[in-house]
Amino acid sequence: MQPAPPKEPARPAVIAPGHTHASITDKITSIVLRRHTPRGWFVGFGIAFALVMVLLTSITMLLLKGTGIWGLNVPVGWGFAIINFVWWIGIGHAGTLISAILLLFRQDWRTSINRFAEAMTLFAVACAGVFPLLHVGRPWLAYWLVPYPNTMALWPQFRSPLLWDVFAVSTYATVSAMFWYVGLIPDFATLRDGAKSKVFRVIYGMLALGWRGAARHWERYETAYLLLAGLATPLVVSVHTVVSLDFAVSVIPGWHATIFPPYFVAGAIYSGFAMVMTLAIPLRKVYGLQDFITMRHLQNMAKVILATGLIVAYGYTMEAFFAWYSANDYERGMAWNRMVGPYAPFYWALIVSNVIVPQFLWLKKVRSSVVALFVICLVVNVGMWLERFVIVVTSLSRDFLPSSWDTYSGTIWDWSLFIGTMGLFAALLFLFIRFLPMISIFEMRTLVPGGEAAPHDKDADAAPVDGAGPEEQA
Amino acid sequence: MAQIFHPSFNTISKVSIFGAIFFLGAVIYGWDTLLRSPYATQVNVAREQPVPFSHKHHVAGLGIDCRFCHSTVEESAFAGIPATKTCMGCHATVWKDAEILEPVRASLRDDRPIEWTRVHDLPDFAYFDHSVHVAKGVGCSTCHGRVDQMPLMWRVNTLNMDWCLSCHRDPAPNLRPRDSIFDMRWDPDTLDANQRAQLMMDYHVESMTDCSVCHR
Repeated sequence: MQPAPPKEPARPAVIAPGHTHASITDKITSIVLRRHTPRGWFVGFGIAFALVMVLLTSITMLLLKGTGIWGLNVPVGWGFAIINFVWWIGIGHAGTLISAILLLFRQDWRTSINRFAEAMTLFAVACAGVFPLLHVGRPWLAYWLVPYPNTMALWPQFRSPLLWDVFAVSTYATVSAMFWYVGLIPDFATLRDGAKSKVFRVIYGMLALGWRGAARHWERYETAYLLLAGLATPLVVSVHTVVSLDFAVSVIPGWHATIFPPYFVAGAIYSGFAMVMTLAIPLRKVYGLQDFITMRHLQNMAKVILATGLIVAYGYTMEAFFAWYSANDYERGMAWNRMVGPYAPFYWALIVSNVIVPQFLWLKKVRSSVVALFVICLVVNVGMWLERFVIVVTSLSRDFLPSSWDTYSGTIWDWSLFIGTMGLFAALLFLFIRFLPMISIFEMRTLVPGGEAAPHDKDADAAPVDGAGPEEQA
Repeated sequence: MAQIFHPSFNTISKVSIFGAIFFLGAVIYGWDTLLRSPYATQVNVAREQPVPFSHKHHVAGLGIDCRFCHSTVEESAFAGIPATKTCMGCHATVWKDAEILEPVRASLRDDRPIEWTRVHDLPDFAYFDHSVHVAKGVGCSTCHGRVDQMPLMWRVNTLNMDWCLSCHRDPAPNLRPRDSIFDMRWDPDTLDANQRAQLMMDYHVESMTDCSVCHR
């Protein structure tokens, strides 16, 4: 029997018409369970794996020779290590925003992108973690960063933002991993039931933790998922705030600014959504997922990029304005040096990539073009890396003593480590799309007509504003 | 469809998830215990020496002052290990043919120092100066214990940083009058709080816990 035709939404649908529970399940699980692994996967994974080897070589060289093989020196003691750390951590933020905040705001368009956005968050945090750990010089003693009762009778320096970073990032990694895993449990059960091979049935079965889809399971699941979303929500704001305090708490001209936390958080979400788009566009093409990741998704993300991009542009404007308005010679000198000094090309490239190029997203025609969106997102990714480069390097290279002024550039080992983490990120993503459902199966099912009501599904739109929430409905 | 797992896996999975927390806790506790155990710190472990030199015999039995052998303890960072000639000053005539002292005579003959096993060895990144501790009223036995009761030398303190800091944060209980510095039998409980405060003032001692005091 055909269900009654649903009311056509005014906006493009978040799922193409004609899908049923079975077709969704089949389409997503077949990528993992049945469909022949495309040749492109092996090529892509091969390249990524080769880059992981580059990463391991760079780390081995670093441990053998010490941080002297990097371009760091006085006065620029924070180079690529911090730039790349901030860049990767920022990228992760889109995943948390999509999974937590959009869940709480009941944005049903998050459903098809949250799973791989969360995976992206985890992998980005893993890549980010590499840099501070190696930057401490003796990574085997990195556990000293953790306050634990030790024979030195010492605590870490709680007044240092770098220690706050340890807590912020480790909390972030833990909550993101839990959120991702809890969201995967019902899908693990689907995979367990669909897997043909005994080995995969056992592996997916262990990961599914005995999920049977009982009403009690779903009730607990929904509660746990909402609680985790509540836990993850402040992290969207707190993590990059703490990262920005690494800079803002110091007294270096160009860093010591109160605008840093909001401007960093906006930049993080900006770069994160750009990375989600960079990944989503090829993925939906290769795996034929245009039905699930529709133009509505891409357009919504483009709007988020435009909005956060404007906040970031405001941040750049205010940095320049503060320098002028402060009437402080050193702040002004710093700002001027950014714009016309030795790193001016980086600064203007950053302005073009982060401020000028995203303005094209005002045009509906650009937002509707997949190719244009992909190019803009790549430009934004580069621009956000340049932003961190400009912040870190221009301020440090002009030390308080002019006699110690120097210029900075990354060495071959700086670059190989950075490119190596990109390989790690890509390799993990390739493994993820091969072995796990990259789109949440059970949440997609709630989007088709007749799908069961979940607290965060679009039925909520119909609920009276002051009435009982859907979770209190029978 | 056939069940993948035996029903007992319900119990196994619960035990393994909750057990993991306790297992992790036990590993951390065990590791910490190991680091504070005599195995790691060598506290109360008598160390073999090339010659079985007995502090008990020389200090308690013969009444030789610490400074007779450790002659630079009041002037220099290093308390000093006596030269073979110091040993031979007596042992050229006392026990001069004893089998047990052959390494000492060999050392003199070949002009090669005896390679003692160092019992109190601080890491090179920690700066320590004996002279200032002696000058500020810290006696030998405060750190080295009752050396006059040790046939072979052992540590009574861990030499871990928390042990250094326990005194650097609160020096008063470890100070003694200048005439008791080298007294092995001196008992810190003979002083009351006022006398200790007086010693702090007399010696101009204050709590010194900056990193660079020891890590220069």
